[in-house]
Amino acid sequence: MKLITAIIKPFKLDEVRAAVSDVGVHGLTVTEVRGFGRQRGHTEIYRGAEYVVEFVPKTKIEIAVDDGLVDLVIEAIIRSAKTGKVGDGKIFVFDLEQVVRIRTGERDSSAI
Amino acid sequence: MKKLPMLAFLVVLASVASAAWGDSAPTAPILIGADKISAGDTAWMLTSTALVLMMSIPGLALFYGGMVRKKNVLATLMQTFAIVCIVTILWWLVGYSWAFTPGSKFLGGFSRALFGGMTFMHDPVNQLSVSHLALTIPETVYAMFQLTFAIITPALIAGAFADRMKFSAMLVFMGAWSLLVYAPIAHMVWEPSGWLNAAGILDYAGGTVVHINAGMAGLASCIVLGKRLGYPRERMPPHNLTLTLIGASLLWVGWFGFNAGSAGAADGRAGMAMLVTQMATAAAALSWMFAEWAAKGKPSVLGIASGAVAGLVAITPASGFVGPTPAVVIGLAAGVICFAAATSLKHLLGYDDSLDAFGVHGIGGMIGALLTGVFFSKEISGVDNTVMKQFLIQLQGVAVTVIYGFVASFILLKIIDMTIGLRVTEEQEREGLDISLHGESIE
Repeated sequence: MKLITAIIKPFKLDEVRAAVSDVGVHGLTVTEVRGFGRQRGHTEIYRGAEYVVEFVPKTKIEIAVDDGLVDLVIEAIIRSAKTGKVGDGKIFVFDLEQVVRIRTGERDSSAI
Repeated sequence: MKKLPMLAFLVVLASVASAAWGDSAPTAPILIGADKISAGDTAWMLTSTALVLMMSIPGLALFYGGMVRKKNVLATLMQTFAIVCIVTILWWLVGYSWAFTPGSKFLGGFSRALFGGMTFMHDPVNQLSVSHLALTIPETVYAMFQLTFAIITPALIAGAFADRMKFSAMLVFMGAWSLLVYAPIAHMVWEPSGWLNAAGILDYAGGTVVHINAGMAGLASCIVLGKRLGYPRERMPPHNLTLTLIGASLLWVGWFGFNAGSAGAADGRAGMAMLVTQMATAAAALSWMFAEWAAKGKPSVLGIASGAVAGLVAITPASGFVGPTPAVVIGLAAGVICFAAATSLKHLLGYDDSLDAFGVHGIGGMIGALLTGVFFSKEISGVDNTVMKQFLIQLQGVAVTVIYGFVASFILLKIIDMTIGLRVTEEQEREGLDISLHGESIE
């Protein structure tokens, strides 16, 4: 099992959700985050005072999947989250040791 | 036969009355018959009074409240609200009397202290007092209308010292300022025994009395207090410009009461004042917006709102004296010049006028007061001076207000600083005034 974490542009969330559902993902977790990468920040000007906003708002999604689904999900995220401009985000994949469904106590694959 | 003495009495009374009205206008508040009151004028002045109070709360409170950081929002709203209350009490105590009754060249008398003598007696006497400055409306309405001006003027100053003044010091400063700076300047400019009034100054709704006065006090405040902690290194962006835009919009609407209400009547002059107010405000909002667009790359919400306020300020002294075309010129000038003052002059000179009370009200007031001397129309104003003569009278009024407003405020602030202390502690300032001074927060 793997945990796929992706940082995406906030307005791409709905498209990404639809795309990963299509390849068989049944659930994901969303967090509003801020950060910087190559996109850097932007400048805001208030009555001549310039402030550099270094941390850009992004959306983080987390999806737990069986090994067999990893590449499909990664492709689905790339397909749906890509605009081709700096700031599209990143995908991180981690090994996942255990998954437990709290309601039933089911474990691992059957809990995903 | 029995009616004859009564008739004779009435004739005598009428001739006395006509002497009072025709030959020499009253120079102090007087009692008159209720039938002399104009319903139209009174209705408009009651409305104007409500509009001008709306400029302070919630208008100015929101305009400023949106511009500060989230930790200081409630403290900023609180300042305006508390000023409304404290100035009201002082106005009753002696403020109105000092400003609007005859006295010396510099200050009125005590005849209306505690609103003494301000009265209305219903049937069968059916008399009421009127101010010599507005003979067709009850004095109660006139005093209330002028109170709303006395309220907003100190409230404007708060923009300069936002984020760092102790609340107790603020109360003392505003109370003292209202009586020792606002009342004398209002008397000098607006009451016929005041020397600037006698010199022929044109200040329709308060370019000198309200805006230059508040602007100079603001400049003194931010110099005496010093900069906000972290200024200009740290980010201090406005926390909610939606509030600021709502505030600016309420100011704009309320300003029709401010300027058109300064006619003291529902007449042609009030109509012209309203029209020119609209023209100048739109022109200034656009000129600030375009200046910013050209200089900084983007037309901002804060920019167009600030421009509108600058236009409202600049047309204030001119509004009863100029036509619509000069109003557009005054507005265009105010937008560009106040933009430069708030964005460049401030950084150049290094003072921290948090919300640009001086840059917008001080500078905008000067532009308006001086240009009134250039653009006043003989037909509208009834003033027959040459432009050069009137301009010099205006310049004198501006100079007096600049000097008195700054020096008196500076001294008051220094006295408060040496006695009870003016500024919050570093810890309180870091934590934010909402929690440290008021024990509340908007989280």
